[in-house]
Amino acid sequence: MTDASQNAGPMLAADGTPLKQSLARSLRRQKLRALMLIAPLLLFVIFSFIVPIASMLFRSVENSIVQETLPLTVEALQNWDEFSGETPDETVYDAFVRDMVVAVDNKTHTRLGSRLNYEETGMSSLFRRSGRKLGKLDPETDGPFKEQLIEIHEGWGEPQTWAVIKTHSPAVTNGYFLNAVDMRRTPEGAQSQPEDKQILIKLFGRTLFMSLIITGACILLAYPVSYLLATLPMRVSNMLMILVLLPFWTSLLVRTSAWKVMLQQQGVINETLVWLGLVADDARLVIINNQFGTIIAMTHILLPFMILPMYSVMQTIPPYYTRAAKSMGATNWTTFWRIYFPQSIPGIGAGSILVFILAIGYYITPEIVGGTKGVFISNRIAYHISSSLNWGLAAALGTILLAVVMLLYWCYDKIVGIDNVKLG
Amino acid sequence: MKPTKTLLTAAALATAAGGVSAEEMTIVSWGGAYSKSQLKAYHEPYSEKTGVTILNDDSSAEAVAKLRAMNEAGNITWDVVDVVAADAIRLCDEGLALEIDPDTMLAPAPDGTSAADDFGDLLVSDCFIPQIVYSTTFGYRTDLVGDTPPTDVCAVFDTETYPGKRSLEKRAINNMEWALICDGVAKDDVYDVLATSEGQDQALAKLATIKDDVVWWSAGADTPQLLADGEIVMGSTYNGRLFSVIEEQKQPVAMLWDAQIFDLDGWIIPAGLSEERQQRALDYIMFATDTQRLADQAKYISYGPARASSAPLVGQHAELGIDMAPHMPTDPENAKNTFLYNYEFWADYRDDIEAKFQAWLAQ
Repeated sequence: MTDASQNAGPMLAADGTPLKQSLARSLRRQKLRALMLIAPLLLFVIFSFIVPIASMLFRSVENSIVQETLPLTVEALQNWDEFSGETPDETVYDAFVRDMVVAVDNKTHTRLGSRLNYEETGMSSLFRRSGRKLGKLDPETDGPFKEQLIEIHEGWGEPQTWAVIKTHSPAVTNGYFLNAVDMRRTPEGAQSQPEDKQILIKLFGRTLFMSLIITGACILLAYPVSYLLATLPMRVSNMLMILVLLPFWTSLLVRTSAWKVMLQQQGVINETLVWLGLVADDARLVIINNQFGTIIAMTHILLPFMILPMYSVMQTIPPYYTRAAKSMGATNWTTFWRIYFPQSIPGIGAGSILVFILAIGYYITPEIVGGTKGVFISNRIAYHISSSLNWGLAAALGTILLAVVMLLYWCYDKIVGIDNVKLG
Repeated sequence: MKPTKTLLTAAALATAAGGVSAEEMTIVSWGGAYSKSQLKAYHEPYSEKTGVTILNDDSSAEAVAKLRAMNEAGNITWDVVDVVAADAIRLCDEGLALEIDPDTMLAPAPDGTSAADDFGDLLVSDCFIPQIVYSTTFGYRTDLVGDTPPTDVCAVFDTETYPGKRSLEKRAINNMEWALICDGVAKDDVYDVLATSEGQDQALAKLATIKDDVVWWSAGADTPQLLADGEIVMGSTYNGRLFSVIEEQKQPVAMLWDAQIFDLDGWIIPAGLSEERQQRALDYIMFATDTQRLADQAKYISYGPARASSAPLVGQHAELGIDMAPHMPTDPENAKNTFLYNYEFWADYRDDIEAKFQAWLAQ
């Protein structure tokens, strides 16, 4: 082959172009065609998945609002020593009035007040109340301003107010991430939140811990069911499959509310137990509005995500392996433990990953049946998105959650191996 | 960042121009019986009068977050939004709501009183057009309290006389005030005390005395459901929800009006609408918040109209035929001891106290 091509010069295709060039061209065309075929999905994934996640990552550190609203003040504050315990001098106040006149005109000052209020209580009303009077000042003729500002609101005479503005002035901040791990940004550097405001680390821990319990409960419950589904005759197993799928098709909210009716103190379970005389009427079981309620309801809701991958893996396990083991004298237990179980592990792995990742992002079920001790970190994220509007903190929490999932996935890959996961 | 934003805005404008016809507007509200009362009292007469089709969207619970997202995307699909006053203040602060001049944009009372005077102190924000006064108050099971029905809000903290579970909202606002009053703080001092760290601890300590007996709710429908099931002996919720449990569903429940906390619900118009849509929204607001229309809404739901001039016009329930006036939170019999939600205070302290409260709950 090499000899021939050396002798005859470059090989030519039928149309006379060198074969190499022609081959490259047709390969390129093929690649382009493949790209065009996946283009709709690619674009969809980029716009509905990658762009939102990137914007969330960006939002968790983005803090340009202070610089954009008060550019002159931020510059003037560079020369002020926040540890001096004294208010800044007139140049800062003068710059501040110039910034505020513009900000009030654009109505951005109250927005900044809300932003700073996450860090220091009282900033919201300080900016809102001062806004109207400050907006009427003329920076050219009405100075000096220091006395006037303190007259308008005594908050402007507090060094703390200016320290907060200075501390949170950088356009890129680690403040939200610090808040997300129960710390805060102060002039002296990162510090812990006061003890009575620490909650997020605890919620992260609880979310992971309870998700693990739920995953474990799902494995225990799903394994025998999947085994039955995979080994029973087709007609019976199809019937059973419908029983598994029926709740799967029912709305999440309906199922969660049904659990509420079942579990509450005047609910079905307690009523039955009292009627049977197993539980005294004044000592009804508390099995909802706590962690127990969340674990029960979420295990039920996530169970199909464990059963389906397990089932499809178990279906592929050839029955003659176990028969062979038994014919060579293995006990039932040995057969199961040494022959059947190892072959079903890929199904457990796939189901566990599915259930665990779904569980740590769960929000609505813990909210309804979790009471105060059964709520997850996603409930706090929802609170910061829709109630407190602290989207930066919500983004930081979301980013941490994403990082935790990826870390666990990586660990899983190292320990069990991701090739060892099968969906059928 | 900039070019993408312009591009998005342009695309959004194009869809907005094509998507919204001149005869349609989207009004956002809370859903359920409340939206129904607005449909009967405002939307139907307005559509009849002007021919504008009104589309309902039950998104008020997430209105602030959604409006902010719409504003960032540059495509505002809502024309008029029903929000509570605290949310209206937030939206106004964020620059997401249109500022309203009551004297030119709202109808005067029939006797010529200007809208600003007619609404009076209830105009708590420059962007907010009040619609109703509602209250958060307690209801109790009449069959579970023995022979001494509670008359005082502190019955909530008295688990000896009134054993059983009670339900409270899963947030600091309102609960902190009730806790302080029942811990001996004078009504006028409540917010001064609550502004201090010691005062917050005091309120939480008082709540801790009943923590094990509380079911915490997050949806307004929870307490009525829990009361109807006999799951709790008393619980806080919105007065209109209790009205429907008592009068419409005939459950053995009664109102405990003591120390009810008034709050306001009303309209805002999103900032940044096109001239034409803004004009239509303002026209709707002018119509829907006049004296007669506000009084009409009280025929369908037991919330008090926000105008002073509407109160004498409140009549009977449209279906039950009972007098609505005694069921209004503002009725003198019910309003012997009341609070008004302290907007200014909570705008400042909400982030801080709420964080403490949630940490306390999770302990």
